[in-house]
Amino acid sequence: MTSRRYSVASAGRPAEFPPAARDRIEKILARYPTKQAALLPILWVAQETWGWISKEAAEEVARILDLPPAHVSGVLTFYTMYNLEPVGRHLLQFCTSISCHLAGAERLLDHCRGRLGIDLGETTPDGKFTVVEVECIAGCDRAPSMMVNDAYHEPMDAAKLDSLLGSLP
Amino acid sequence: MTFEPVLLARVGRERSQSIDTYVSDGGYEALRKVLGGGWAPEAVTEEVKKSGLRGRGGAGFPTGVKWGFVPKDTKGQPVYLLCNADESEPGTFKDRLLMEEDPHQMIEGQIISAYALKCRTSYVYIRGEFFHGARVIQRAVDEAYEKGFLGENILGSGFSHDITVHRGAGAYICGEETGLIESLEGKRGQPRIKPPFPAVFGVFGAPTIVNNVETLCCVTHVMKRGAEWFAKIGRNEKNTGPKLYCLSGHVNRPGVYEAPMGLQMKELLFGEDYGRGMKDGRKVKAVIPGGASAAMLTPEEIEDCPLDFDGLAAKKSMLGSAAIIVMNEDTCIVDAARNLAKFFSHESCGQCTPCREGTPWLHRVLDRIESGDGRAEDIDLLEKISNQMANGMTICVFADAAIAPVLSSIGKFRDEYRHHVERKACLVGPRAAVGATA
Repeated sequence: MTSRRYSVASAGRPAEFPPAARDRIEKILARYPTKQAALLPILWVAQETWGWISKEAAEEVARILDLPPAHVSGVLTFYTMYNLEPVGRHLLQFCTSISCHLAGAERLLDHCRGRLGIDLGETTPDGKFTVVEVECIAGCDRAPSMMVNDAYHEPMDAAKLDSLLGSLP
Repeated sequence: MTFEPVLLARVGRERSQSIDTYVSDGGYEALRKVLGGGWAPEAVTEEVKKSGLRGRGGAGFPTGVKWGFVPKDTKGQPVYLLCNADESEPGTFKDRLLMEEDPHQMIEGQIISAYALKCRTSYVYIRGEFFHGARVIQRAVDEAYEKGFLGENILGSGFSHDITVHRGAGAYICGEETGLIESLEGKRGQPRIKPPFPAVFGVFGAPTIVNNVETLCCVTHVMKRGAEWFAKIGRNEKNTGPKLYCLSGHVNRPGVYEAPMGLQMKELLFGEDYGRGMKDGRKVKAVIPGGASAAMLTPEEIEDCPLDFDGLAAKKSMLGSAAIIVMNEDTCIVDAARNLAKFFSHESCGQCTPCREGTPWLHRVLDRIESGDGRAEDIDLLEKISNQMANGMTICVFADAAIAPVLSSIGKFRDEYRHHVERKACLVGPRAAVGATA
């Protein structure tokens, strides 16, 4: 269970999906017997479109699916992978569950925080990196494991992390 | 080693994900046999029952028996099959490998299972973090449509089937089958009260079977080589077939290993074909045999410890998802328990009060013991909280899972907890000598 909430800064104009995203949404809807079942996939489309899901985007999804906005908000805050505020270009996700923990995941995370000068959940001022802690990502045999956006980087250590951070645009 | 890998046979082969190499390695023969060989759907279910195949997701329920719970007369409702690819149990990474390396093995098993269940539409519910896995599976599904293994009138048999890949979005509890069903319906993944069981009232209110990735892969081989062949692999008739073991922690060679069901724990940890012993020659302190939810075992308990459903049940632990996590003698058990409690506290769905309140409470108490702020009564308190959380106090077994590492670690390593509370320091490990712990 997460306890993330929308930031006030997200208040703004209603969101509208671009045409390509609207086509994808139509295709997704055709695959499910109920509109509601398309909620998670369409929230993914929203996140891929804007990089995060604003209150306005969530309301637009609710409108498309004939769902109460409160339902969409409840779903959004239940799952950990929907970004409820903007994140950096590179979302650094460090696993600290048991096998990665045994392999020193927290030391790696501390190293990263020290190097970037930000705390968990924060984004560097240049908008490049956001650092988060995640639970087991099924990389236990290559611990400590981490993901940058949608890609695994494992096993990771301080030196490899430094060179990875230096190489990312 | 005389055992020829079955499930991992194609891992490492060049272009193992493509349908061309899969077919040239004998892939989709089982499906051809089932659809073209006069197999009635019920006969497939019987064959799976005969194989002794038990679900590989964690519970170990006999797969064919589970299929048999779908009502004969569904009153016009469709039957759904859901592939549980939400692999999230800490220490588990076998399904990721199966999907990323040999997607068609799973898809073939899924189509065969769907045929047995008279199911027109099935879903692969894959955890959100498996971006790559989802792309591999989607590409494989597309290939299967192109080659006529999916879609209308498959191989001219009259059987039609569609598979949709559905991505989760980060929630451990969606691996629980009714949590998965709720999530697929576009809701928070909060488990349902049972009964009714999914086989009667599942997704969209229709009869539904949820099977793990590895289970569906096994179905492919049961139908390809026969139930008898499958049942002969394994320690005894109740623990059959090939099994994937996820080995992690302080061993020399962590990884996914395949062996006949019932491999000895010590063989997995120390065998030349498997873990090759403890890193830096350290001694074993504790082993978690079935993922975060399974009770820890001591070095004495891993002697003569067959890794199968009944072998581990006899040790009052469980095979679970076959995630074997090894901790060496320098591991602070309280710290390990705190880490596991952090996981469960984070992942509780919040639906039932004992779990929602109990999991963070356990974490807080363990945290203060580990940090040197523990009180004499805290150890009893942990046991008391645990006993109030589980054994039917909640809708699903998440709370039972959450207390397993706490109770087993206190029961087996009470001295370490006492040392922490009395000396305000770890008994072993990097923070043992310092006095106050960080």
